[in-house]
Amino acid sequence: MDDLKRVIRDYVVKEYLEEGDDREVTETTPLITGGIVDSFSMVSLKRFLERKYSIRIPDAEATPAAFDTVQNIAELVARVQAGAGRA
Amino acid sequence: MAYAVAVREHFQHELEGLRGAGLFKEERYIHAPQGAEIDVEYPSGSATRHVVNLCANNYLGLSSHPEVIAAAHAGLDARGYGMSSVRFICGTQDIHRELERALTTFLGTEDTLLFPSCMDANAGVFEALVGEPDVLIADRLVHASIVDGMRLCKAQQDTFKHSDMGHLEEKLQEHQDKRIRMVITDGVFSMDGDLAKLDEIVTLAERYDAMVFVDDSHATGFLGRTGRGTHEQKGVFGRIDIITTTLGKALGGASGGCVSGRAELVAMCRQRARPYLFSNTVPPVIVAAALKVLDLIGRTTERRDKLEWNTAYWRKLLTEAGFDVKPGESPIVPVMLYNAKLAQDVARDLFDEGIYVVGFFFPVVPKGQARIRTQLSAAHEKHQLDRAIEAFVKVGRKYDILGKGKKEIIEQYGL
Repeated sequence: MDDLKRVIRDYVVKEYLEEGDDREVTETTPLITGGIVDSFSMVSLKRFLERKYSIRIPDAEATPAAFDTVQNIAELVARVQAGAGRA
Repeated sequence: MAYAVAVREHFQHELEGLRGAGLFKEERYIHAPQGAEIDVEYPSGSATRHVVNLCANNYLGLSSHPEVIAAAHAGLDARGYGMSSVRFICGTQDIHRELERALTTFLGTEDTLLFPSCMDANAGVFEALVGEPDVLIADRLVHASIVDGMRLCKAQQDTFKHSDMGHLEEKLQEHQDKRIRMVITDGVFSMDGDLAKLDEIVTLAERYDAMVFVDDSHATGFLGRTGRGTHEQKGVFGRIDIITTTLGKALGGASGGCVSGRAELVAMCRQRARPYLFSNTVPPVIVAAALKVLDLIGRTTERRDKLEWNTAYWRKLLTEAGFDVKPGESPIVPVMLYNAKLAQDVARDLFDEGIYVVGFFFPVVPKGQARIRTQLSAAHEKHQLDRAIEAFVKVGRKYDILGKGKKEIIEQYGL
């Protein structure tokens, strides 16, 4: 797991798992469809990523599918960073 | 014709999808006034069955109380059936304002505004009060109507882990740069029946300069020594900035809700809350009956005391029988079954035994948290609860879940 994914994974565990919830979160653990993150609380993850990486994730890109696994989220961050770089 | 075959098929497919996923909701026709025992036609077309009702929000048993019905009749005669208007054109009668004043006194606030429902109150209140420079910080288990209301406004949104005060404090610290911070919670959480830690929330809110919003729909009328709600129970009566609540549960159970709180906030809702501005006034008959309800519960705590006794007794019966019951002090008593199919099967068998309860499962509750939610009423008598526990034990034995906890039930039935 690279640094980006580890940062995302650690945030997900800290922000969303209740105390005593020892579910393992891997790169491919389904977060939204797996019931760990719901669309209501997803917004804090988006804000965390935007602050941490100084990016702006367009609302259209912040879909439940794009936020469903650590891997998907990392790809989204990389894609937005690359887009910002080109601009 | 714009309703083309393909469009019809699209919706038929959607409905089939709901059926296939076990998410299709079916109504059950009740051939009686609401009460502790009712006659239910289910499935549709079958003969009615006489059952003990353990799934209504009729906490104080006032839905069909003779004095409430008489007051409704009198209100109908005195003020008519409909107003054919929103409040601010020609839809406000003297009794609307009288009810708002009575609710203000009862809830210990500064002013109150009636809405057609608490769903409408929650849908309108945030947009009326907060905007882009502000933040709403909500408990993750708040009612769906609050989630909808938050989505309708432009304020930034955040959430904290359910009743986790450490997490809430982190969020309050994080958002110190916002103009207005508002902490949002249910007083009693509708699926688990647990109470918000309102005393701790108020302390944190004062420390970090935040307002406190409570939806007390599952508490108004019975929680606390005199039934004022969760804020009375938790010792913070008079210290909540905004309370939304309903007339549709303990307070007669018909419909109607309100925003109650700081005078300026209520005044802003009167100017800006869209469900108040654009939907009809609460019908006079409901207003008249609600005034009677407040009169009744202001005279004596007898009904909330009986509800408290019934709740303690029912919890004791279930626990002694070996059911896995969520601990708590509200009249919402969830019997945990974890597996969605098991929850549906147990509810169906209980109905066959003359007990009306409903199974709840994902997405209404988190995955692997399926349950039967039982709800007590002051209308219940001891013999009805005794009858109900007999049926619960019979069905519990059938599924071999008595004396078993989460781990064993999941081992037996899976998630």
